[in-house]
Amino acid sequence: MDENLRREIILDNYQEPMNRGLISDDSYLKVNTSSESCIDNLDFMMKIEEGIVKDIRFDGEACAISTSATSIMIRSLIGKKVEDVKEILSNYQKMINEEEYNKEILEELNVYDTICKQPNRKNCALLPSVAVSKMLGELGK
Amino acid sequence: MNREDFPMLESGVIYFDNGATTLKPKSVVDAMNKYYLEHTSNIHRGDYDAAIKTNELYDNVRNIVGEFINCDPTTCIFTSGTTMSLNMVVFGYMKKHLKKGDEVLLNKAEHASNVLPWIKLSEEIGIIVKYVPLDDDYELTFDNIVKSVTEKTKVISLAHISNVVGDVRDIKSIGEFCHKNNILFNVDGAQSIPHIKMDFKNSNIDFLSFSGHKMCGPTGVGVLVGKRELLEEMEAIIFGGGMNSYFEEDNSYELKTVPTKFEAGTTAIAEVIGLGATIKYLMGIGMDKIHEYEILLKNYFLDAVKDIPNLIIYNKNSDSGIVALNVDGVFAQDTSVYLNHYKIAVRAGNHCAKMLKDEIKIKNTVRVSMYFYNNYEDIDKLVEALRNSKDIFKVVL
Ligand SMILES: Cc1ncc(COP(=O)(O)O)c(C=O)c1O
Repeated sequence: MDENLRREIILDNYQEPMNRGLISDDSYLKVNTSSESCIDNLDFMMKIEEGIVKDIRFDGEACAISTSATSIMIRSLIGKKVEDVKEILSNYQKMINEEEYNKEILEELNVYDTICKQPNRKNCALLPSVAVSKMLGELGK
Repeated sequence: MNREDFPMLESGVIYFDNGATTLKPKSVVDAMNKYYLEHTSNIHRGDYDAAIKTNELYDNVRNIVGEFINCDPTTCIFTSGTTMSLNMVVFGYMKKHLKKGDEVLLNKAEHASNVLPWIKLSEEIGIIVKYVPLDDDYELTFDNIVKSVTEKTKVISLAHISNVVGDVRDIKSIGEFCHKNNILFNVDGAQSIPHIKMDFKNSNIDFLSFSGHKMCGPTGVGVLVGKRELLEEMEAIIFGGGMNSYFEEDNSYELKTVPTKFEAGTTAIAEVIGLGATIKYLMGIGMDKIHEYEILLKNYFLDAVKDIPNLIIYNKNSDSGIVALNVDGVFAQDTSVYLNHYKIAVRAGNHCAKMLKDEIKIKNTVRVSMYFYNNYEDIDKLVEALRNSKDIFKVVL
């Protein structure tokens, strides 16, 4: 991917992230997540109806990588079936951890395919996927 | 100063994370290596040459500490660091001597290790933890402390120098005040002992804690000193070998005396020897000289960044080599990742003072913390990088 384009996508999503700001609505799943190796701290909320992700929102303080990754992930998950979301998350995590993954389904999330070059930022990129996974885990309970 | 003593500087790193830990001079590492390679042995009870030598070196470090901070060497306890020392004070002494309703005065700029033990003790025995308000510069003033004292106040516990704001607290006045009012004075010296001169005997401090690794020494070792009569009353919180005189089937036992009864098990022998070496090294330079030089560096920095418009500095007035800053609109961690591209090591975060956000209204800062081996060139490079901070995202993304 062209480096300038990559930077532009990340920066746009950092400066004007999608769905920043929480709402008060008890029908949402909620989770707070802060990664161990960095100082990001974001709250997430997600609404699922009939097996489809209807909405994801977030708020908090975080670096450019976690904030932009959250924004891009929100954009690519809304409207998808829970099984497809799980598939995306699993492939996203594989990409960040430098394992074999399906590039097709990650769409814009592919902008983080070189983040492994900065090992201390992997957890930042993983933050939204950890949060969404956690909320999906709550779903079964 | 003394840059040639620090092998790590040869890599070209510009190290401004001295509040977290410091670089090690070769002489300190050599002293520890010598123990490992030439006279490894345990302390106490050894009758062979290596053990006798190790024992002598180990015990002599108490004398070195005594000379360094003017305290009675037999009241110098080796611990694993400030955190351990503070926990010993809280759970070994305070737990026995405080009662429900007694008040302990802290403040919101304190490090976790001087807050959480107190919160835990409050949970256990019902003491009340109170926070002295900070002033407009986020500093802790003597006046605000005095205003917060009530007749229930039994302890004032604070860092001599705070690790985020870097303000030097007036421990002389606070100590005198505590002494007159029968209040125990517990001082966390983690950020002060490495940087400024301490005179324990003439300070009215009851307990003082510090860490080796923040003063060019090894990790895993620190010191707790206290007034002898208080240490006599303090209970050990860790039991085992080396600290007991006897124990019997009928549950009777007797512990050794201060300081040995607080050093259970095999202690960090190499690290204690390293601590002795680093203290000698610092005394060789002179603590007054170190402090003076750090202030020169800090003022040079503040002067150089005056015209950088988007730089926020939270503690311009504090009297130490710590600067807390943010580039306006940029998350602290992004700034520190950016600076790393120029081999500049700083720290982003809340610096373990998680309640300071209540006062500063922001959670995270970039902390630049200086030491005597930093030079003006280091500062120039930092200033240059901060001046070009409009390129941050070009660099970090
Ligand atoms: C003010 C202060 N107190 C206590 C500590 C804890 O020291 P250690 O981690 O060496 O136990 C630190 C270290 O960051 C500190 O800055």
